[in-house]
Amino acid sequence: MATKSLKARNNDIANTQRQLEILSNGIFANGELPTFATKIKETNQFPLRPKKLEILQINLGYMCNQVCDHCHVDAGPDRKEIMTIETMNQCLEVIKKTGAHTLDLTGGAPEMNPNFRWFVEEASKAGIKDFIVRSNLTIIKANKKYHDLPDFFKKHGVHVVSSLPHYTKGKTDKQRGDGVFDKSIEALKSLNEVGYGMPNSDLKLDLVYNPSGAFLPGNQQALEQDFKKALKADFDINFHNLFAITNLPISRFLDYLIASENYEDYMTALVDAFNPSAVANVMCTNTISVSWDGFLYDCDFNQMLNLKVASKVQHISAYNEELLQNRNIVINQHCFGCTAGAGSSCQGVVA
Amino acid sequence: MSKNYYDAADLRKFGKIIEWNEELGTKFFDYYGKVFEDGALSAREKSLIALAVAHTEQCPYCIDAYTKDSLQKGITKEEMMEAVHVGAAIKSGATLVHGVQMMNIVNKLDS
Ligand code: SF4
Ligand code: SF4
Repeated sequence: MATKSLKARNNDIANTQRQLEILSNGIFANGELPTFATKIKETNQFPLRPKKLEILQINLGYMCNQVCDHCHVDAGPDRKEIMTIETMNQCLEVIKKTGAHTLDLTGGAPEMNPNFRWFVEEASKAGIKDFIVRSNLTIIKANKKYHDLPDFFKKHGVHVVSSLPHYTKGKTDKQRGDGVFDKSIEALKSLNEVGYGMPNSDLKLDLVYNPSGAFLPGNQQALEQDFKKALKADFDINFHNLFAITNLPISRFLDYLIASENYEDYMTALVDAFNPSAVANVMCTNTISVSWDGFLYDCDFNQMLNLKVASKVQHISAYNEELLQNRNIVINQHCFGCTAGAGSSCQGVVA
Repeated sequence: MSKNYYDAADLRKFGKIIEWNEELGTKFFDYYGKVFEDGALSAREKSLIALAVAHTEQCPYCIDAYTKDSLQKGITKEEMMEAVHVGAAIKSGATLVHGVQMMNIVNKLDS
């Protein structure tokens, strides 16, 4: 279990150009693995185009109290990239006038941004229908100053989406670090206590499951049932939905795939499981992702690969929804991760 | 030419058996698919049974496939090993219970 980000370790995978090189050529001889573009051309879905904008996803910074093995953000305590008040204000202007019904705050641990609470308060005034905060759970228990987060979330009617790789301690701690499971359980209990995740409660608490290694997620519904049964029986914990997401071959997960000699098999498995009907609903078709420094991306993954939107408008300060609607989505080999099997997005399966 | 009788990459080619006999191959895969659907037993339980049988049959392809399948279903390594022990117990029990036949024969023949 590493304790530092790839960036702090000067690992060459931290370089996005290097990641794109591996994804494009990798260990595959030219032509051995079809390109994502070729695959979607076969079903007349090229170029990939956005539909109506529904989700504005804002990354408040790459700082995190955890250093999970598979983090696609390469987040960690050593990452200093944090959204400034100035950029937050630019985001607020956009939130007020956007047609998107969902605001999705992510990170790193978004709560670690010193202006997080102010931003949530301001953004919640804008009357967004679904206001999501992606919380890693342990942050709630990491330090006294975060202990009241469940009440704070409740006050603003925030929809909490939390990652929990497994309902057993062994599998969770292996991926996320020693002690993460116990702290996550404690955090889930505090969320339940204020009403989050309870049956029929409007305080939405969803969990995100991602596989703990080089394999694809199984059936989302079956996993949700297993999680519900185990968390209820073992800890009396309630939650609403489970989103199963596929690990995309970028950043720390890419590093792991290469180091464990799983890269070739994993990419082949993703391509073999390519599901043309998942393409229409991939996340980038209804989302814009904003980075900590205000740049615009088709999705959080493209953000981490530094693939900005293919549009005249590339920064939140010049945001223009109409112009952005007119773009082609930037794709690469990592997109196979969103279209394998039942597909994968921040909201789980898409097909 | 591969130097091994078993090649992990061959597992991915399993579906190709249809090419040499479409009717029987298709019937087999339809049946196979149906067997592993949720039924009176859950798909999860079926994966554990398949994993145990893969070991008693000692089929490397099936072990590979059902280990991955178990991981995908969120099954823990402790559960997987227990399933393998169930297979092993039946296999050893089946060997030992034939000892009764040996005993019968010895008792009959050996005065
Ligand atoms: S996966 Fe989430 S919790 Fe883990 S290091 Fe990355 S941002 Fe932090
Ligand atoms: S990785 Fe991003 S751009 Fe590619 S398909 Fe997924 S959401 Fe779309």
